Amino acid sequence: MEKFSLGSENLDLRKRIAELEKELAEYRSGSVPKPNSDLADAREPTEATDEEAEKLQDDETKPVKLDLDEFRRYGRQMIMTEVGLDGQLQLKRSKVLLIGAGGLGCPAAAYLAGAGIGTIGIIDHDIVEPSNLHRQIMHTVDRVGQPKVISIIESLKQINPYPKYIAHNYPLSPENAIETLEKYDLVLDCTDSPQTRYMISDACVLLGKPLVSASALRSDGQLVVLNDPPGEGPCYRCVFPRPPPAESVLSCGEGGVLGPVVGAMGVLMSTEALKVLLARADRKKRRKPAHLPATADEIKDADSKEEGTVEPRKFYMTIYAAFSDTPFKTIRMFGKRKTCQACSPVATITKESMKNGSLDYIAFCGGQASGRYPPLSKEEIIEVEEYHKLREENKGGVLIDVRDDVQYGMCSLDNSINVPITTILTLPMTTPDEEGKTEDEDVKPIPIPSWLPRDTSTPIYFICRLGNDSRVAVQRLKRSGLLNGNIVKDVRGGLWEWSRKVDKSFPIY
Amino acid sequence: MATDSIAINVELAGGLEILFNNERKLNVELPATTANGSPPNINYLVGHLCDHHMKDSRRELFELQGTVRPGILVLINDADWELEGEGEYELKPKDQILFVSTLHGG
Repeated sequence: MEKFSLGSENLDLRKRIAELEKELAEYRSGSVPKPNSDLADAREPTEATDEEAEKLQDDETKPVKLDLDEFRRYGRQMIMTEVGLDGQLQLKRSKVLLIGAGGLGCPAAAYLAGAGIGTIGIIDHDIVEPSNLHRQIMHTVDRVGQPKVISIIESLKQINPYPKYIAHNYPLSPENAIETLEKYDLVLDCTDSPQTRYMISDACVLLGKPLVSASALRSDGQLVVLNDPPGEGPCYRCVFPRPPPAESVLSCGEGGVLGPVVGAMGVLMSTEALKVLLARADRKKRRKPAHLPATADEIKDADSKEEGTVEPRKFYMTIYAAFSDTPFKTIRMFGKRKTCQACSPVATITKESMKNGSLDYIAFCGGQASGRYPPLSKEEIIEVEEYHKLREENKGGVLIDVRDDVQYGMCSLDNSINVPITTILTLPMTTPDEEGKTEDEDVKPIPIPSWLPRDTSTPIYFICRLGNDSRVAVQRLKRSGLLNGNIVKDVRGGLWEWSRKVDKSFPIY
Repeated sequence: MATDSIAINVELAGGLEILFNNERKLNVELPATTANGSPPNINYLVGHLCDHHMKDSRRELFELQGTVRPGILVLINDADWELEGEGEYELKPKDQILFVSTLHGG
């Protein structure tokens, strides 16, 4: 019996091979149109312009087919029941936009390209820097200095030359968001600031596009699928109606990030994107095994029956804390907010208000990040070259490095002392700030910290990585009431400037 | 007989642990009845954490106007606190309260 069945299978396979060889011969002789004639365009990402993106709309009506190479390429995922031929064709028909070609965008794009998404757009206006390479895995050493969109597309084509790749080498803005997003079916938010996250979510709501959103910092990550299905799922504003205070927002450059943590979030984003797209595949066209006599109508009946008993959909967020004993957690979200400014019946945000620039996302999120550092007077600032000269003359006073102990341990200037900014911030405030506010008015005198010079003649210089926290330190120490006329100055631009202008051997990170 | 304190588990994520000396998990004991005679709720817990557990002086990075600041998700037994009554939710023994700061990096 066994022998017989193997024999007949062998025969079938031989037949199939003969068929495929015939198809291949026809294809080689040119009697069959070449699959994916867009391939030539994809090799030149710089030529894939917005005009081409506009043409995308026309492609919608073209029937999508897979060629033999694609069968072989996607076979491992196509044989999954969640994918199938219908699913794969759906992926090929899909147009996905990744906003950001960084730590999230790189892995997400790699898997989406590999999976055979038909059109992949990427928007980013940054260039590749050496500090990106530990996590932004589509960029390479020899492409440092190149635009990220060009670099990522270069790598994606090495993974899969079939998709059409569209480079958007400009910053996303409220004015261009609608225009940029509207040609795509699905958007991935791989950006790194609250204002872009609100803006992208608003645009997706207005255009009815589902949005896969993730973020990462240090050893933590978060992932959520928004506006899915469009109009039903919550948007970013439903989850976070009020933006966080600007001073609590840290970028990966400020707070640090572990490569595989942001990588894991990017990979999860690609999975969620595939799930959203595959849900749109036309399963009814799937051929049924001979022993199941189900017709298309019966399937439809079964579907509608399900609809009747369907529970209201629940929405979840996945959070990842790499150093926790239980690193993954899925939490149930509140869902759509009845008073949401973007997606509720009382919404006030419109396509017009976005396009004409009347929505100020930066102001909504509390202003530019740099605005949170106090301005100093001329007398409170010293340039690195000047300070270097003073040090040479042994007039360097006390140099206080306000970075945290981890960073101080990485590299520091000789004869500096480490007092982290978090410690400086615990100093009392006895003199009013510009708004006339004093905190701790009734505070009892605290002992003078051991790191403060006791005499009034020793000048105090503050330094940090980039010259921001050191400014805060200058202002805070002056307001503490602990000084008796010492000179207090900020070494402008911090260790970064020191390395650039004084000592090139000092590490920059 | 009712006990005079309730023990709950608090977890901090998304960088909030930095405000708490890098402790990710805290065992917190709260009085069964607070000064105003009512059982402790989430808003009470937020103040309690600032007063007794927080090691950073920047209270405003956790608490604002008597509740958590915007940009922090509060999960009560793994569900969004808005499903449970937000700051007014009255804590029960063994509740798992998770505070997660939203992240924006990428």
